[in-house]
Amino acid sequence: MNGINQPDHSAATRGPLAPWRDRAARPLIRFDAVSKRFSNMTALDAVSLDIHAGEFFALLGPSGCGKTTLLRMLAGFETPDAGRVILDGEDLAGVPPHRRPINMMFQSYALFPHLTVAGNVAFGLKQDGLPKAEIGARVAEMMTLLQLEGLDARKPHQLSGGQRQRVALARALVKRPRVLLLDEPLAALDKKLRGETQFELMRLKDRLGLTFLIVTHDQEEAMTVANRIGVMNAGRIMQVATPPEIYEQPNSRWVADFIGEVNLIEGRVVESTASGMTVAGASRIVARVSPMQGVKPDDTVWIAIRPEKVGIAHEPPPLDTNQVAGVVWEVGYLGDVSVYKIKSDTGAVMRATAANVARLIERPVNVGDRVWLSWTSDAGVVLTR
Amino acid sequence: MTAPRPSATHDDRLSYEGLSCERRAYERRSWGQRLVILIPYLWLGVFFVVPFLIVFKISLSQLATALPPYLPILDLSGGIDGVSQFFAGLSFDNYARLVGDTLYLSSYGRSVFIALTSTAILLVIGFPIAYAMARAPRRWQGVLFMLVVLPFWTSFLIRVYAWMTILQHDGLLNHLLLTFGIVAAPPVWLATDSAVFIGVVYAYLPFMVLPIYATLERMDESLLEAAADLGCPRWKSFWLVTVPLALPGVAAGALLCFIPIVGEFVIPDLLGGSGTMMIGQTLWMEFFGNRDWPAASAVAVVLLGILIGPLVIYQHLQARRLERGG
Repeated sequence: MNGINQPDHSAATRGPLAPWRDRAARPLIRFDAVSKRFSNMTALDAVSLDIHAGEFFALLGPSGCGKTTLLRMLAGFETPDAGRVILDGEDLAGVPPHRRPINMMFQSYALFPHLTVAGNVAFGLKQDGLPKAEIGARVAEMMTLLQLEGLDARKPHQLSGGQRQRVALARALVKRPRVLLLDEPLAALDKKLRGETQFELMRLKDRLGLTFLIVTHDQEEAMTVANRIGVMNAGRIMQVATPPEIYEQPNSRWVADFIGEVNLIEGRVVESTASGMTVAGASRIVARVSPMQGVKPDDTVWIAIRPEKVGIAHEPPPLDTNQVAGVVWEVGYLGDVSVYKIKSDTGAVMRATAANVARLIERPVNVGDRVWLSWTSDAGVVLTR
Repeated sequence: MTAPRPSATHDDRLSYEGLSCERRAYERRSWGQRLVILIPYLWLGVFFVVPFLIVFKISLSQLATALPPYLPILDLSGGIDGVSQFFAGLSFDNYARLVGDTLYLSSYGRSVFIALTSTAILLVIGFPIAYAMARAPRRWQGVLFMLVVLPFWTSFLIRVYAWMTILQHDGLLNHLLLTFGIVAAPPVWLATDSAVFIGVVYAYLPFMVLPIYATLERMDESLLEAAADLGCPRWKSFWLVTVPLALPGVAAGALLCFIPIVGEFVIPDLLGGSGTMMIGQTLWMEFFGNRDWPAASAVAVVLLGILIGPLVIYQHLQARRLERGG
């Protein structure tokens, strides 16, 4: 998926599951050049994407990037203008939402306010015309799994936000769908509960052996729960990769900038050898990075360096490391880490973060200090677009 | 906190403190706040309770050829004797007459029957209109809302008169029916029950449509998507989701129509026949035709009694909607 030849970090992917690396494997879900236009904007622009059985796949992007449209297309609430949506080899065109073996957890939860919790969870099974005893057993099982025991007779407006979220999840899971769609499932929860629920979702997926497709604009959430992330922007898929790949090997400036914080240094390739590459920045930053193919001297490239990979010191580092001298402009103290903004002598502003390992009340680096930033030659990624 | 009295038992102290808390909350209210609370009660008292008591008193009086046309009249100059004489003169005779005379019973029965039937017709016509309005594109909803409310800009009486000309023998309706060959001979409309139903349904349609529209318009569209997602076809989700959620609006609309239709006077008087009367017409006849104020008052009090049930239900529904922040 990655257009650049970079060291393979595949050992960092979560678990042994990596069916997308097997070219012969048939994906469970295939979006085949799917396009969708709404009256005045392109929601999806020939999006192709394969998702395999057992994956926890996240669609991540800013609002309006088309991720929700893609999800709703799989559920059957939107029809593609062009392209095909295929589930397990079967083209879903013309299959109405109520006949798809796919269930969705809605962002608003969409719990039926006139039904009890048990009534909400049983709703889907009743539509399938299952015998009463089986409905009762499966509802009870799901209520236990999601720790909703004793809430059967409550109405949705009598539940807390976290409980409502669980009921919505139980209602979608009780039908044992081939794919569970999650539309911003945790957006309405507070931060602490959201963190716990993320891990619970992962456990739930593994336990039930289902395929989860989540849409979120929260990159921490996507990084935590998903084994693969599809980063979207303006109706296009920008990159599909595992969370560490997305973070450490973004394939473009856009992805590097969208995920986390990044220092982007524009420069011109001075020389490219087997041992390394030298780039002269417009602001006279000279950086050595790992070598890459397809890049010739005089090409314009961007070096993306994550702030936590930038060291900050009061003493100048050895001359052979990448370095920038400057003055501390702003300091953000977050407790576990501190964020430093440094105005370099050439005028560029760079960010560095450092873990506050020692228990110091007096901060070691303060606004106005003269400091040197440094990073190793493999800390930065060279981007060509 | 007020210091607890040393001699008080534990329970005493609790109730004592509770009481003082309440009293302090009351005392904290400024004169202005109390005045604001007073105004609606004053209004209800002056314009509802006092007139009702007067009507109730008249209903217990006897018809008399006098001015006002009933007896007894409270005369405070007679002292205690006068007051006791006044109370001795009151009786429930008029109510006994209401029960005894089939004219009244059939009027009440007919009013309730017409009100129930029209409410049912209104529901059948009003629900689809409200549903279509709520499902229409946003930018059209304001216009549709206006169209429903627009008739209120013309006097109610004028609109009923307009129906007289539409329904008369050589009126617009018969003209259309003949032109399109739906009927061979012009049917009689005016002075029939059909005319009353047409007039009532026309006049009260907005009162049915608007509450239902309000509940449907507030309904979260994703509920229908969720129903579809869980395996429910569209026609079924209408009955399983849309209708149950519209019930509060349906109940409000039905009561808003039923209650005033029972007491309707103008429409049956102008469009209906003279053979049977609704209770409003009976009331009018007693009051202006027979000048029997006591009987008319008794009719009015019983009518209020009949309508108190639905009114209480309506109030209850409204209160519950407010509670849920609807």
